[in-house]
Amino acid sequence: MSLPERQTDIGPPHYEKFLPPIVKKNYGKWAYHEVLTPGTMVHVAEGGDKLYTVRVGSPRILSTDTIREICDLAEKYCDGYLRFTTRNNVEFLLSDQKKVDPLLAELKAKKYSVGGIGPRISNIVHTQGWVHCHSACTDASGLVKAIMDELHDYFTTKALPNKVRLAVACCVNMCGAVHCSDIAVVAIHRKVPVIDDVNVGKMCEIPTTVASCPTSAIRPNPKTKSITINEEKCMYCGNCFTVCPPIEIHNPEQDGVAIVVGGKVGSLRTNPKFSKLAIPYIPNEPPRWPSTVAAIKNILDVYAANAKKHERVGEWIERVGWEDFFKLTGIPFTFQHIDDFTFMRDTMRNSAAFKY
Amino acid sequence: MGGKYKTPMLDELEKGPWPSFVTEIKKAAKRTQMADDELGQVEKSYVTKRGYWKHGGIVGVLGYGGGVIGRYSSLPDEFPGIAHFHTVRLNQPSGFFYTAEALRMIMDIWDKYGSGLTNMHGSTGDLVLLGTTTENLEPLFAEYSSRGWDLGGSGSAMRTPSCCVGQARCEWACIDTMNICNEVTQYYQDQLHRPSFPYKFKIKVAGCACDCVAAIARADLSIIGTWKDNIRIDQAEVKKYADAGMNIQAEIIDMCPTDCMSYDGKTMKINDVQCNRCMHCIAKMTKALKQGKVKGATLLVGSKAPIVVGSLLSWVVVPFIELKAPFDNLKDLADKMIEWWDDNAKPRERIGELIEVKGMRPFLEAIEMPPVPQQVREPRKDPFFFWSESDFN
Ligand code: HEM
Ligand code: HEM
Ligand code: HEM
Ligand code: HEM
Ligand code: SF4
Ligand code: SF4
Ligand code: SF4
Ligand code: SF4
Repeated sequence: MSLPERQTDIGPPHYEKFLPPIVKKNYGKWAYHEVLTPGTMVHVAEGGDKLYTVRVGSPRILSTDTIREICDLAEKYCDGYLRFTTRNNVEFLLSDQKKVDPLLAELKAKKYSVGGIGPRISNIVHTQGWVHCHSACTDASGLVKAIMDELHDYFTTKALPNKVRLAVACCVNMCGAVHCSDIAVVAIHRKVPVIDDVNVGKMCEIPTTVASCPTSAIRPNPKTKSITINEEKCMYCGNCFTVCPPIEIHNPEQDGVAIVVGGKVGSLRTNPKFSKLAIPYIPNEPPRWPSTVAAIKNILDVYAANAKKHERVGEWIERVGWEDFFKLTGIPFTFQHIDDFTFMRDTMRNSAAFKY
Repeated sequence: MGGKYKTPMLDELEKGPWPSFVTEIKKAAKRTQMADDELGQVEKSYVTKRGYWKHGGIVGVLGYGGGVIGRYSSLPDEFPGIAHFHTVRLNQPSGFFYTAEALRMIMDIWDKYGSGLTNMHGSTGDLVLLGTTTENLEPLFAEYSSRGWDLGGSGSAMRTPSCCVGQARCEWACIDTMNICNEVTQYYQDQLHRPSFPYKFKIKVAGCACDCVAAIARADLSIIGTWKDNIRIDQAEVKKYADAGMNIQAEIIDMCPTDCMSYDGKTMKINDVQCNRCMHCIAKMTKALKQGKVKGATLLVGSKAPIVVGSLLSWVVVPFIELKAPFDNLKDLADKMIEWWDDNAKPRERIGELIEVKGMRPFLEAIEMPPVPQQVREPRKDPFFFWSESDFN
């Protein structure tokens, strides 16, 4: 079988090829938009043209079959144009208002989840997990599915004080940049890795392995041609395992997830914020992680009941104080909550004023 | 094909209203042994609570050092279909716009050479094709590249830049995010495909401070649109918001972080010299308030996830820069940043970490930027600072 001739360094196709005519015509000339329903919005151009967007959720892992089905819908209602959002939703772009309701009807019949626009949750940004990554301490897709099932109404209908951005990372590498989400799950190890001396000697470059440790817990062990780990310094980050797989970090009964809250990336009102630790550990409970799901639901409910309109989770917590956050949510405060890594100076309370 | 495995654990994840990734894997498993074995291995992970993937292995296409993530099952005898299960990163078009025709072409080729599974999209932005073998990489690349699609970045290289939807569909985009993204992607093709940096370098472009692409949290160079002159107020539209029931005092005036707005029930006023351009009022009253007309971008550097020494958010380096196609001023600055980093960084040191080690001064001097108060939240608190010969002239 002969193959077409390969080309290199051509880069991605130019986006103009994929813009609907109404977008091309009004590029840079949008005047305003209105959120019509939790899953639809209209953008109005300076000249009066109207572009309707219908947003639907996606599990991010998509089969080619489903993508073809989405293409069929785009051809039927949107002259073949569609886009994906940065949070992995699918957006149908319509220039003809009359087609919006029939599209919504067909989406409903085909059981798509329409929503995610306005002050509610959008899709959960997440990573690969057991589906594809060697580092994973949990499965991201399964957690996301279980959480989105529980919070589904907050995607399709119910409103919240503001947007709530959720994320799941399946290890502390955080390909999903969980470090700035309103509520996020990050999977963690809790035990010092177990060293297979024979294979470390055979398979790993010792200096690289030593250098990989952020807390300098690793020392070469010339006797075994392997390494030793100082248990008092190890933070279970798994960096050494990434560099040297015979240093086994996985521990199915002790691995699990932590929940962090209060981050944001937008500069609206208050500066972007890192997420902070709310719950240091919940065990892995596949297939549906009920304790993790319940913990997230609890935090979301307490936020919805207590935040002012337009306050993000982190803004609400900063207004009432972290002491109130722990009181209102009933989450126990532990040694793990006190920073003893890089940010201690910034996080201790240097003041005699606080609440109970 | 399909149905080789009983999957009672994963079947639980087909229940409930949210679309199920298990259903997606099962659809592909009807057609490919790869997807079926993937299903089997993931089920096993759900029982034993651990993953079964091996890291690395040198795979890729001729002449490129990235764009493919080598992935092998650690249980190849039990799951032979995924003995190889490499990820191919296809560089997405700016803004994630597609036509059905283009997507169908991509899917047809993927069905011929791969598992039939995708991620739309990976967190860097690429269209991720999940699961193929080493032998299939060259044919796959020939098929895609001959049709105008190229691979994205991986490893210690320029990573695939990405952006928000910008001026294609957002009234708040102060810069042409999609054009900037496309231009820098094309400009850095060599650095994207042939890893030669100390570590990864990510560029993300957001049209305004809402930052819908999380540029400030996950790009070494974060480009965020902004403006310099006064917010434009349409008083008639302000009145319409009030008439429609908006509590302007509570929702807008009281939430303005710089306390620079007022509303007396008839006229809204903004003391623009105090406004820090946070976007709150504009985002909440999009018909009534518009950004000024002198538009450009703020350039920030340094964000990264926690590994190794802790997370960083990007910080301001260039408070305002006008960005007009072909964006030569941006490319020039980015080149200077990368060159300084490349010359000074240890392996696996991100640019933000390097600046922490060396200090802002050598970095600013390298990119020829003066120190300005916009770069810091507050000046230093200690008296232990350095002087250099050039300060004495
Ligand atoms: C600071 C908190 C956040 C961080 C660090 C963050 C980081 C990330 C990361 C790494 C991804 C890609 C994940 C994946 O697909 O595997 C992602 C998705 C995304 N997040 Fe967040 N997220 C945060 C919260 C938010 C918030 C509040 C916004 C909106 C303002 C936002 C906007 C996005 C967008 C646009 C994407 C699409 C990413 C992509 O697929 O390229 N994120 N976020
Ligand atoms: C230094 C820290 C990091 C390490 C060690 C790391 C490691 C990895 C590894 C091993 C994979 C392969 C997963 C697979 O099997 O497909 C991966 C995938 C990926 N990583 Fe990272 N990563 C790091 C940080 C990040 C960050 C901060 C981002 C931010 C956006 C990111 C974005 C991605 C993306 C887009 C993928 C492709 C898979 C996906 O979309 O989920 N990584 N990373
Ligand atoms: C057999 C040779 C290896 C190959 C072909 C290889 C390939 C890869 C690839 C393709 C990724 C994904 C990068 C991405 O996210 O785009 C990756 C991730 C990673 N690899 Fe390897 N790897 C190899 C060996 C190693 C070794 C020896 C180390 C340690 C010194 C290492 C450390 C890492 C780390 C920390 C990541 C996380 C992602 C990143 O930092 O970009 N790998 N590797
Ligand atoms: C009401 C004002 C806002 C409007 C009109 C707006 C507009 C948009 C648009 C057009 C997108 C699609 C961008 C893309 O996929 O490239 C988007 C996505 C996003 N925006 Fe904004 N944005 C607004 C405010 C915010 C704020 C305040 C935040 C959070 C701080 C935010 C977070 C996000 C996130 C996370 C996404 C990804 C959503 C998804 O994919 O479902 N936005 N927004
Ligand atoms: S977060 Fe960790 S486990 Fe998950 S995909 Fe990234 S490196 Fe792999
Ligand atoms: S797990 Fe992390 S902290 Fe512990 S030894 Fe390995 S690299 Fe060091
Ligand atoms: S970052 Fe700003 S310009 Fe870009 S899509 Fe979001 S709101 Fe619009
Ligand atoms: S943009 Fe922000 S700081 Fe400026 S007037 Fe509006 S709310 Fe106030």
